[in-house]
Amino acid sequence: MTQYETVIGLEVHAELKTRSKIFCDSTTEFGGDPNTHVCPVCLGLPGVLPVVNKTVVEYAIRAALALNCRVASFSKFDRKNYYYPDMPKNYQISQYDLPIAEHGYLNIEVKGEVRKIGITRLHMEEDTGKLVHQGNITTTPFSLVDYNRAGVPLIEIVSDPDMRSPEEAYEYLNKLKAIILYTGVSDCKMEEGSLRCDANISVRPAGSQEFGTKTEIKNMNSFKALQKALTYEAERQIKVLKEGGRIIQETRTWDDEQGITLPMRSKEYAHDYRYLPDPDLVSMVIDREWVEEIKRSLPELPDDRKERYVREYGLPVYDAMVLTNTRELADYFEDCVAVYPNAKTVSNWVMGDLSRLLNASVVGIINCPIKPEQLGALLQLIEKGTISGKIAKTVFEEMFATGKAAETIVKEKGLVQISDEGAITAIVEEVIAKNQKSVDDYRAGKERALSFLVGQVMKASKGKANPELVNRLFKERL
Amino acid sequence: MITEKDVDHVALLARLELTGEDKEMFTRQLNDILEHFQSLQRLDTEKVQPTAHVLPLKNIYREDRVGEHIPRDDALANCPDRVDNYFKVPKIV
Repeated sequence: MTQYETVIGLEVHAELKTRSKIFCDSTTEFGGDPNTHVCPVCLGLPGVLPVVNKTVVEYAIRAALALNCRVASFSKFDRKNYYYPDMPKNYQISQYDLPIAEHGYLNIEVKGEVRKIGITRLHMEEDTGKLVHQGNITTTPFSLVDYNRAGVPLIEIVSDPDMRSPEEAYEYLNKLKAIILYTGVSDCKMEEGSLRCDANISVRPAGSQEFGTKTEIKNMNSFKALQKALTYEAERQIKVLKEGGRIIQETRTWDDEQGITLPMRSKEYAHDYRYLPDPDLVSMVIDREWVEEIKRSLPELPDDRKERYVREYGLPVYDAMVLTNTRELADYFEDCVAVYPNAKTVSNWVMGDLSRLLNASVVGIINCPIKPEQLGALLQLIEKGTISGKIAKTVFEEMFATGKAAETIVKEKGLVQISDEGAITAIVEEVIAKNQKSVDDYRAGKERALSFLVGQVMKASKGKANPELVNRLFKERL
Repeated sequence: MITEKDVDHVALLARLELTGEDKEMFTRQLNDILEHFQSLQRLDTEKVQPTAHVLPLKNIYREDRVGEHIPRDDALANCPDRVDNYFKVPKIV
């Protein structure tokens, strides 16, 4: 039976975080009352002239460099013509044959294997307006248009057809998002639409060098949807081929509710964009010195930072990967390590308890109620023996809820660990006297009986007894 | 050579409804225009760079500053129809 291989390429759009739009000085702010963030230029009124926002070019170059692209020395804008009311001009200003950057790559890791995914090109374009529908979308004869988003700057990043599974596509998008977030040029929020992803997918018999006929999948609004849609579509295509059919090159939309892809009506989407150089915009000759300057201003990127964490802090690769996935989390980790230098302990707390509380409360790391220095101080208290590891968890939750310092909470609640041998000996002896059966069991060789006895002491001391000391005192007596 | 089929295609892209007579006329006119421009093919452009723009200007940028928006009623003033504060258009898909 023929085995099939899946081939995937992604087209990702990211909105750039500039203050004003790409060709005019209207605001890029998200939301706003319909048709209030507009001016004659982004409304496409007759006689207006677009002028390129310099920061858009800078941000595009910044992203391009972070993605190992070659930045063009000569670039221009083109008109992409299509008849659809999401743009008032009946064309979108984009880049066609001379994009700002080409030939990049990024590395992904799937099942322990590093794969290099090529980036064909990165170009700048303007975002479109938003269509809304009143009543039933399939029966209403009208669309309502809000042009607030029209003209917000975008970069489109097109990958090579280098991915071989939906998991790889997922990892690529994840890595791309992480890198762009590090550069600070976009906030990459899929739920707000500032990061969007379309996919080209085809299948071919394993070992074949030629590509199969591809379909383009749209409307995948989350990472999960991307993976589900691609898994579905690959299976659909394989089924068609196995039944002796052939794949039709078409655009399909992902229906998240039904969990299937459906063909979009192709007539309206006839890909005949009649690109032409935009005569309203002059060419760009990119100064090498400017590119170098932008390159120098790039932060340490996720891969480099990950490698450094393994090398410098001796962390496992997995820890290093999780911690460096966002710049904010990595900064938090490093600020904490500056106070408490045992990196692995810090990593355990950040990836464990801290992430758990952050996820449960939907608070981002930026607004984390526990500052990194405060977490460091808590870990110091454990190391000094002031509190036990178990009590520390309680203190930690309290810190998260109140934002108070660990020391304050420990004092207020009287949680200082009891390491006074006399005080604990008294409890230990009382527990021995009251639990003759467990004492006998332990003496008869049942190790578990000791845990029970230790537990009784912890209970009696409200968790404050130093567990190591308790253990020692029992062993001396039994 | 432009055929009536090409005219149909271009008309569709421009959302124009053409009569049979229109089509015949535009087919003829478009062919005349193309024929006229054929004379350009006689020039030797071997050593000429493709032209993206005729003006001797490059790198015209603006700073990233927010300016004034136009009042919403002005924005919507010329649209044939509106619902609340939206432009109302025929649904395409």
